[in-house]
Order: sequence, then structure tokens, then C-alpha cells
Amino acid sequence: MSNGNMNLTLKVWRQSNSTAAGKMETYQLGGVSPDMSFLEMIDMLNEQIIRKGEDAIAFDHDCREGICGMCSMFINGEAHGPNRGVTTCQLHMRSFKDGDTIYIEPWRAEGFPVVKDLMVDRAAFDRIIQSGGFVSVNTSGRTMDANAIPIPKDDADKAFDAATCIGCGACVATCPNSSAMLFVSAKVSQFALLPQGHPERKERVLNMVKQMDAEGFGNCSNIGACEVQCPKSISIENIARMNREYLSASVKPEN
Amino acid sequence: MGLFTSSLIKKYWMAATGLFLISFLVVHAGINAMIFFNDGGETFNEWGHFMGTNLIVRTMEIGLFLGLILHIVDGLMLYFQNRKARPIKYAYNKPSASSTWYSRSMALLGTLILIFLVIHLKDFWLKTRITGLSVEPSHVKIDGVMHENLFAEMLLVFQNPVAVVIYLLGCFSLFWHLYHGFRSAFQSLGLNHRKYASTIELAGSVFSVVISVLFASMPVAMYLGWVK
Repeated sequence: MSNGNMNLTLKVWRQSNSTAAGKMETYQLGGVSPDMSFLEMIDMLNEQIIRKGEDAIAFDHDCREGICGMCSMFINGEAHGPNRGVTTCQLHMRSFKDGDTIYIEPWRAEGFPVVKDLMVDRAAFDRIIQSGGFVSVNTSGRTMDANAIPIPKDDADKAFDAATCIGCGACVATCPNSSAMLFVSAKVSQFALLPQGHPERKERVLNMVKQMDAEGFGNCSNIGACEVQCPKSISIENIARMNREYLSASVKPEN
Repeated sequence: MGLFTSSLIKKYWMAATGLFLISFLVVHAGINAMIFFNDGGETFNEWGHFMGTNLIVRTMEIGLFLGLILHIVDGLMLYFQNRKARPIKYAYNKPSASSTWYSRSMALLGTLILIFLVIHLKDFWLKTRITGLSVEPSHVKIDGVMHENLFAEMLLVFQNPVAVVIYLLGCFSLFWHLYHGFRSAFQSLGLNHRKYASTIELAGSVFSVVISVLFASMPVAMYLGWVK
């Protein structure tokens, strides 16, 4: 990687563990290349911190290809930073200017407690999925070929759009109410639109919404910030679909 | 109160009561617009008399208050739950990058409307139902029947520039509350589809403008003497 010439002031949330009080710390970082990804810039900062013998900044990351949903930084007041339709790992330093001050914070939500520094515990999403975000498939050896079931193209496209959700939690982080409804509605929609999802359709939406509420996420007030900041640009049309699904399941719980 | 335990059911109540209150606004603005006949308030007073004495309307008024209370209580529950959902605020947040100020300010706008409503009910509702009008004479004879002269009461109230400003601020808050609330109600009830979303948005925009401007024009027209 080429050495760059950007000098940055970084204000980073530091918190040593889930129970400790945290605070914003200021770091100076020079020689940043505009070609670096945001996470590579943090790696560079961590090298500097480690050389000083201090504790490196903990942050979540995995694939660094924009598909795993692990990276999760709230950068300059926006989830995954200022660009649209990308995760933090796909954000590059060319989106910033030499001399910039950049605020970096963890997702803020009751349902996402901070583990350390910029890492939050997103197990609440796993528990929501476990409550109904699946299709029970018969795997006894007579599994039906998916292509044998006719599905309207429009439904398949919408289901696929919903299924692109990587569960990163940017919707929760950016929502002023810390609502998880974009995430839950994407998962509900993905199955509600396809015939394979229909047998468990009603209990799915009832259980997932129940679990979402139990995790302490807020309520949707149709502000629409989630669909703007979502790295996969998932539409709040999915939230409307979840509202329909839940209404129908509440009125008549059995299929 | 199982009807309020789920986040989504709270949203349905918010939408349903909101749309119900919107339907009331149509009737209220429609009848008040009778002052623009500029006939000394005769048509308006006749309608006011009908609304004040008709048994069905009187019964619906109870429903209106219940709907309003439900909308307020539900809104407060949502507001406090939503605050609890983010115990630690961001050191640096830029909400304007992804949403509009009025969509984030529904609780504030609703509170302003509620303060306005208290003043407004004290100005008119309380006087017509309980304490009697302060204008003299308080009644006027139309077609041989005595009617409360609500029109003269309006003229009296809107001679005060402070009252006019308060009413304009009330209309301003109402406009932004409706502007987000109208389309939001449809989304909450699950009605959002690319086929008709733009129609709902347009209807909501037109409705918010028409209702707010119509209401705002009444104190202004009376204060400036256009209607007398």
C-alpha cells in the first residue's frame, strides 16, 4: 500500500469492557493514503497505538468485501459513513479530505450493548432470526428442486431484494428510535413472498415481532432514515409488508 | 391492555386514530369555511347550531375526544419507549443526512398542537358547551330560532393580535404534523406500494396545505376585516 499524505484527527469511542464507562479519545494520524479503505485506516491507527504499547481499538470486521455485515461504525454522524449503499469496509479515505476530523462511534441502541470500543453485541438479531426467520425444509432425501416451484418473477425479485440484508444493524444505528423494523421486515418479507415460506408465515411474523420488542428495540415512526443508510438499500416497503403480515396474522392467527 | 403490548399494534392505533382525527378536520374546516359566505355569519351559525344540538353529532363528539386521548396516550408511550431504546446518545449525529426534521419531530409538533388545542377549546368549546359565550348579545335569531352567535364570538376573539398569532402557530404545527402523519398512517397500516405511494404522498401534501391554509385564513380574514 502506498504511503499517503492525508493528516486526520480521529475522535474514537474507547470503552474497555461492557460495564466500564467509555469516552471519546482523540488521535492524530498522518500518512493516510486516499486509496485505503476506512478499516485499513483504522488498522494503521492501531499499529501506531500498539507501537506505543497501548490497547488497540477493538472493532468488528470480517470479509472486508461488503457482504458479511460485520463492520459497524457510526462515522461522522452516519451509519457506515457518508456514502450510500456501502458498508464501512467499502468506504475509502478518498471520501474524506486532508485535515478532516472524523468521529467514530459504535452503534447506539439498548438492543446492541457495547462489548468493547467500537464492537457491539448484535446477538439480538440472531435471537430474532431463531424465533422465526427460517424455513423448515424436509431434508429426508426427497427435497424438492426449488426451480420446480413456479414463482412470479416480480415476487422472486422482491424476495431477493429483501434477502440482500446482511444484518449489520445500520438501520437500528441510524434510526432515532433505535428501531429494528427494517431488518425484521426484510427477513419477514423474504419468506412471505415465496411459497416455501408460506406454511410458517403467520407464526413467523408474530414470533419475530415479539422477539424484536423483547430485545428493547424502539418503534418505527416512518422517518425513513434506515432505507437511506442501509448498505443494501433495502426499502421501507418491506416494513409496510411486515405491517400487513402482522395485521393479517393478528386478526386470524391460523393459516 | 393486550391491545397495546406489541410495537406494531401501537402503530396501528396511531395510524387509525390519526386518520380518524383527519376526518374530523375535514368536517371542522368545511363548516368553519362558511364564514367566507360573508353573510354576517348566518350560514355559519346555522351549521354551528346543528353541530351543537344534533344527537348523532353530540355522540360522535365523545368518540372524537376518545380518539384524541388514545392518539396522545399511544404517542407518549411510543415516545418514551423510543427514548429508552437509545440510552446513550451519539457524540456526533447527523440525522439531517437521511431524514426530514418534521418526521423526527412528531412528538414535539403534537405537543405544540395539544397546547394550541387547550387554548382553542377554552376560546370556543368551553364557552359554547358550558360557560356561555362572552360576546353580547350571545344569541341571534335566524328563521325564528335562537342560535348561539358563535360567529360574533370568533370576531371578538380574533380582534386580539396575540390570539391570531397563537392560531397561526397552531396551524403551522398542524401542517407539519399532517405532512408527515398523513402518509405515515398509510405506511403503518401496510399500504405502501410503488403503484400508489406517490398518489398517497401527493394527497397528503395537498391535504396538509389546504387544511392548514384554510384554518389559518380564518383568524387572518377576521382580524383584517375581510370577513365581518
